[in-house]
Amino acid sequence: MNELLVIWSILASQILLGLAMACALFRVIRGPRAQDRILGLDALYINAMLLLLTFGIRTANSIYFEAALIIALLGFVSSIAFAKFLMRGEVIE
Amino acid sequence: MTHLTDLPLWAAIPVCILLLAGSAVTLVGSIGLIRLKTFYGRLHAPTLGSSAGTVLICLASMITFAVLQNRWIFHEVLIIVFIVLTTPVTLMLLGQAALYRDRIEDSEVVPRKAAGETPSPSEADI
Repeated sequence: MNELLVIWSILASQILLGLAMACALFRVIRGPRAQDRILGLDALYINAMLLLLTFGIRTANSIYFEAALIIALLGFVSSIAFAKFLMRGEVIE
Repeated sequence: MTHLTDLPLWAAIPVCILLLAGSAVTLVGSIGLIRLKTFYGRLHAPTLGSSAGTVLICLASMITFAVLQNRWIFHEVLIIVFIVLTTPVTLMLLGQAALYRDRIEDSEVVPRKAAGETPSPSEADI
């Protein structure tokens, strides 16, 4: 009973997160301007990080947690670099 | 190695509720990314996923591993703290970059600077 409950709710939340990633990907592809694409990319990596956490719960394996932490760290750096690039035209001054 | 099926019912129910709530909130935020009309409106939508969604799903993960391994687990607090600290910084920088670009093009949607002041990259605050 309870394993069925957990398995199905994890599957449902993975589907919801997948749809959220699809929405963010739509904004990356369609976005009328560059800042829209960067915003979509930012949402995309956060959704991917949450999806990795649900994979970690499903397999009861803590290696996914470390991958999620690395995605959170590197995504922040890349978004900052993109925003700086939009403002100044170069990343490192 | 522990398995998910070892999770007792009293722990499984809050984990399910937290997971479903977190992913639903994240989906609502990402739908807002599509539905909202202007960039400055869209800037607000994904923060729903990066605040509430992250906190709820990380709590579900903490409960799962704490019950399965029979000890207190605080690793996921790292992700929560990091995301909550970095999202406002990212979005403020992105909003400033968008404002700068709109002012360069004399766009109608953003307020202009005072007369005599021309926007230049060296004036923009970091």
